[in-house]
Amino acid sequence: MTTYIIRRLLLVPVLLVGVTILIFGMMQMLSPVERTALYLKDFPKNDKQIEGLIKRYGFDKPVYVQYWNWLMGVKNPVSGQREGGILHGDFGYSRSSSMPVGELISRRFPNTLDLTLWAMVPMISVGIWLGVQAAVHQNGWIDQSLRVFSIVGTSFPTFVFGLLVLMVFYAKLQWLPPGRLSSWAQGVVDSTQWRTYINILTIDSLLNRRFDIFWDALKHMILPIVTLSYINWAGFLRVTRSSMLETLRQDYVTTARAKGLSERDVIFGHARPNALLPVITMAGFSIVGLLGGVVITESVFNYPGIGSAAARAATSLDIVTMLGFAIFNGLILIVANLVVDIVYAFIDPRVRLS
Amino acid sequence: MTHAEQNENIPSGDNRLLGEDVKMREIGKLERFLGPDNYRILKGLVKTPASRIGFVLVTFFALIAIFAPLIIAPVPPNDGYKIPRDGFKNDPQPPGKIWKKNTPEIPFWYKKITGKDQWVHLMGTSEGQYDIFYGVVWGTRTAFKTGLVVTVATFVIGVVYGSISAYYGGIVDNLMMRVLDVLMILPSTLAALIFAAVLTPKIGKSVLPVMIALIAFGWMGYARIIRGDILSIKERDYIMAAKVSGVKNGRILFKHIIPNAIFPTLVLASMGIGDVVLSFAALSFLGIGTETGYADWGQLLSFARNWISSLGTYWYIVVFPGLTLVFYVLGWNLIGDAMRDVLDPRMRGKA
Repeated sequence: MTTYIIRRLLLVPVLLVGVTILIFGMMQMLSPVERTALYLKDFPKNDKQIEGLIKRYGFDKPVYVQYWNWLMGVKNPVSGQREGGILHGDFGYSRSSSMPVGELISRRFPNTLDLTLWAMVPMISVGIWLGVQAAVHQNGWIDQSLRVFSIVGTSFPTFVFGLLVLMVFYAKLQWLPPGRLSSWAQGVVDSTQWRTYINILTIDSLLNRRFDIFWDALKHMILPIVTLSYINWAGFLRVTRSSMLETLRQDYVTTARAKGLSERDVIFGHARPNALLPVITMAGFSIVGLLGGVVITESVFNYPGIGSAAARAATSLDIVTMLGFAIFNGLILIVANLVVDIVYAFIDPRVRLS
Repeated sequence: MTHAEQNENIPSGDNRLLGEDVKMREIGKLERFLGPDNYRILKGLVKTPASRIGFVLVTFFALIAIFAPLIIAPVPPNDGYKIPRDGFKNDPQPPGKIWKKNTPEIPFWYKKITGKDQWVHLMGTSEGQYDIFYGVVWGTRTAFKTGLVVTVATFVIGVVYGSISAYYGGIVDNLMMRVLDVLMILPSTLAALIFAAVLTPKIGKSVLPVMIALIAFGWMGYARIIRGDILSIKERDYIMAAKVSGVKNGRILFKHIIPNAIFPTLVLASMGIGDVVLSFAALSFLGIGTETGYADWGQLLSFARNWISSLGTYWYIVVFPGLTLVFYVLGWNLIGDAMRDVLDPRMRGKA
């Protein structure tokens, strides 16, 4: 297993360099004037100023120098301070949101994390439960209807499903609003009596003992959670079902049955734990996928996470902001994928013992 | 052993030497042409009820796309992809409202089916008085166009890339696969969103930037799959025989390996069409890509974003284009799902 982990770790720098080159390549499609947003708040005004800036930030230098500058930042000749440099967490200035991209991310990301963590719970638990049910009743009516359910689920575009649930539960019934918080709750959160602990709203509200705000925050997340879950259930269902079917066919399950164990013990005690191995990998990857893939869900529900910010930047063609998000997402995904792979290596005896 | 399996195990072809007690299975021209594996896949596809529904749905949409100008003619001087506007009022109008300005010609089917003498907005109008029915009908063309072009392009790129990688192996393979890893880090919707946004100022608002972006970040899956299949075929004896008899590398790859390895990837590509249309619609829903008023389901749906609190009244701006998109994708997915079952190696010999 050590070799496996070492090989996996060696891949990380390759991926890091690769992703930065990829995004830097897209950055090259912008004119130098547009790229000044990497360093400056405002567009340069006249030709002379532009020329000065091109010199100052090295946009006239060879590509590899520019790449290095982009990673490490440029020294300001006057103040001697570093400007820009994505490796220092400085992703440039977001003109569509009028704040540095780094700040935008640090404001928005906790919201995305909040949503993702909550969405995982029904997504994984219900997805697995459905998959086990389908496998246990293979080819019965439960299995058939779950099959229809999952095909329809994969055919539903996130935004159509989102708009439809908004239509019913918000516009018609007035039960579940879009957005992040009701205005009264936002007022409390912005006031001085509110203590910020880790910036994740549902957890902070519990720590502040404001259960009304906790409920309000959760209420705003119910529709996005349902949407994300519904879209992802199909995948979990399918993987759990096929893995479960395979496990149920194995000899040790027959042995368990022959020993006279109840069907319940056989399925939940013997078969399910082993059948869940591939599901764990899938769960890991779908959490990772959720973090980067909530763009549409957040946009439909007007939820202020990084996904909706990325979508807004894209619509206003604020490329520097978009690429900032891309880099941030890329870094998170590289780390998260690494974690998933290594955790999997520890769980799966076939990898652990090799 | 089931009956089907027994059938499968009966030797086929010229078996006179085995004696008369071995019953021969009739082999049609099609099976001979496709080979036993591919024939089994094709047969499985036509047999399941789910895939039949899928074929019906897709055919239905294909007919709409082909006959779009007969169903509802473009309003000159616009080209067909531009949705005619009945005035410029902001609020959506409900289905059944009379169509006053920019009315298309009355087609032959209209009076018989609706019993009316003049055009009404059959599905209502969206924000800015774009006729939803027109958008839905002509959007079918957009869906086929984008879906097919992107799928064919990603398929070709993927197959070429994967084949080269697998055939040469060693360090070339390793390098090429690491490039794939890099391209696959970002979720494809996000990557395509970014790339389309970068491209839009360069080539203007049209279907092109989104299509290019979807192609650029959509081919990696095919490359992986064909690579795997080629790696297993490469080891077979007949390839060794070809090598020993001095056939050139390129000829072995294109004449002997790819034709035998390509079918699963080809099938996967047809499953990909639904996904492509979904991603395309998602991006235009977010406001990337086509210019306002282009007949495209994603864009029709994006109009709904400004009316979320009043969707109770304006339900038709979501329901009609939304369900059209769902049924279109469902059609492709039903076909795809049947293909997945048929292709599953554990299902071999059971179709």
